[in-house]
Amino acid sequence: MKSRAKGKGKGKGKGKGKGHALTENNLIFAHPASLRDVENHYCAGCGHGIVHRLICEAVDEFGIREKTIGVAPVGCAVLAYDYWDFDVTEAAHGRTPAVATGIKRVRPDNIVFTYQGDGDLAAIGTAEIIHTANRGENITVIFVNNGVYGMTGGQMAPTTLAGQKTATTIYGRSLKRDGYPIKILEMLAVLPGAKYLERVAVNSAHEVLRAKRAIKNAFKMQIDNKGFSMVEVLSMCPTYWEMTSIQAAKRINDEVATFYPLGVIKSC
Amino acid sequence: MPKIKIDKVRCKGCYLCIVNCPNGLIKIANGLNIKGVKPAVFSGGKCTGCTMCAVICPECIIEVYR
Amino acid sequence: MAHKILMCGNEACGEGAILAGCTFYAGYPITPQNELTAYIAKRMLETGGVFIQAESELAAINMVFGASVAGARAMTSSSSPGISLKQEGISYLAACELPCVIVNMQRGGPGLGNIAPSQADYFQAVKGGGHGDYKLIVFAPSSAQELLEFTYLAFELADKYRNPTFILGDGLLGQMMEPVQIRYTNDDIRTTKKEWALTGCKGRKPNVIKSLLLGEGELERHNQKLQEKYSSIKKIEQRAEAFYIKDSDIVVTAYGSVARIARSAMKKARAKGIRVGMIRPITLWPFPDRLFKETADRTEKFLVVEMSAGQMVEDVKLAVGGRTDVEFYGRMGGAIPTEEEILEKIESII
Repeated sequence: MKSRAKGKGKGKGKGKGKGHALTENNLIFAHPASLRDVENHYCAGCGHGIVHRLICEAVDEFGIREKTIGVAPVGCAVLAYDYWDFDVTEAAHGRTPAVATGIKRVRPDNIVFTYQGDGDLAAIGTAEIIHTANRGENITVIFVNNGVYGMTGGQMAPTTLAGQKTATTIYGRSLKRDGYPIKILEMLAVLPGAKYLERVAVNSAHEVLRAKRAIKNAFKMQIDNKGFSMVEVLSMCPTYWEMTSIQAAKRINDEVATFYPLGVIKSC
Repeated sequence: MPKIKIDKVRCKGCYLCIVNCPNGLIKIANGLNIKGVKPAVFSGGKCTGCTMCAVICPECIIEVYR
Repeated sequence: MAHKILMCGNEACGEGAILAGCTFYAGYPITPQNELTAYIAKRMLETGGVFIQAESELAAINMVFGASVAGARAMTSSSSPGISLKQEGISYLAACELPCVIVNMQRGGPGLGNIAPSQADYFQAVKGGGHGDYKLIVFAPSSAQELLEFTYLAFELADKYRNPTFILGDGLLGQMMEPVQIRYTNDDIRTTKKEWALTGCKGRKPNVIKSLLLGEGELERHNQKLQEKYSSIKKIEQRAEAFYIKDSDIVVTAYGSVARIARSAMKKARAKGIRVGMIRPITLWPFPDRLFKETADRTEKFLVVEMSAGQMVEDVKLAVGGRTDVEFYGRMGGAIPTEEEILEKIESII
């Protein structure tokens, strides 16, 4: 936001009652330059679009677009490279942090981040995220947790809440049969290599602003060579939660964030 | 007075902007857009330019002018 | 002046990589390739390169993916079970046309098998191994010297064709100590400008490296492009060594460490007056089929010897195209064929 200079509020338009003309001068919120001005493929009310934008805002505000390298995951966000206007590669499912490790070690002056969903990071890629954090790789991980496999049709994710209905838990996740939802940040917090861990949500404008601050903090950690930083974003999947976008946003408050507490889990 | 502009062609109709506008200045349009959804539209009125609608918009299609 | 150093095959392979300007290695311990990991860990410290002992083979191959995508000369190594784990990443590397070198010091299989030398991963190396239609350039060294030289060459060809290359050794070659002559210096490295690499988009449009191609016909076009590249590699890069093929009734064929044993058997047979020649494929893919085609018209029989139930023999049969008989002798599960066994087989089929 505020990617362009704040206007003085004195439009040139003389039309009465219409206020002033809508010009670049008085534009106070617009597309960040790093986010391509194209339509995304996400469902209505999906949080990915917001998180994509927040990353671009952080990249633009730090002025690091020309040295940023993103690693896209397998999952709904696999096409992220269509939206980000900087160098991006795509990793095999769950291997995202390993790929980012290779890039960052070869190019320590670049800013390297991974973008991962809960299937990618908390199931198939558990080993990679734990060891990447434990090695203290100086990368930033943006972890979008919506508690469901979206791209493959709404199956149970490792982060699916107890009782939550999915394509593979039709009567709701049974703790006895399916195990417990996994709190990745709390797990990583015990690792000395993990330096900044924060959980945020994107279900309201206020939470989005907090999420942006967290994402900027995480990138700042990397810019300052302080080591592994990660932001978990609780996000909505109205399609596979089978509810409206507004209900989905409310569910984050009522159910998701009560299990996955928001806030800084670790900062050092 | 501040104003917002919503790209109604790209609006997918999640209406998160509607619930995030503190002054209730965004409403659902009567007609359908090309996607077959009724897009969110600015109803006019006392917009403060708080940008909350744009901040929550997953499509990044709301511009705010002051 | 080039001097000789006594080193094991695994170390020679690592030195070949360092000489070729490899600046990134990620691997995971597995016998019988551990000397390579240890050697390269030490050499990376000395040369300022990156060494990472990864949490798994999966992570290692994907770290190599990252290093390669960022433009570095990168390498990983393992032995059979670990190479199976790497197959996913190898398919992605081939799909994204990312250069890198992968080393397999084969051991007995299937499963955990044993740690004795084997050649039972031939199919996995030359036919793809992972999912999808792709090929790796596969070298079959048969000495520590060749491990050094072919690893060096593998880096050059990887960059030249933007394709992963593969060193198919075995536990015997990896562990055996031999004098190795170092003929390269860092000045010999032919570096390729990698315009496609992810370096940050300063002064250019962003680069995207990916293998998901969803557009109408896009993936087929990408596959066609890969196949065209493979055809040109097939034309240019076939390599083999031949002995007495113009003067033989029977041509023994073996690669890697078995080729050394087969060569001794050939010499013994010739001393007995049996007209035996030999072809040793150096590249297993592209398979040197031109040489086999030419030889098929001159000889009565081929005898393929492998440390497997018979894998390369299928490529020999394909190359020969039924024009002459192809016999097979193999040992499995880490057993090594002896000169005497090969000689006996030659005498039984002549």
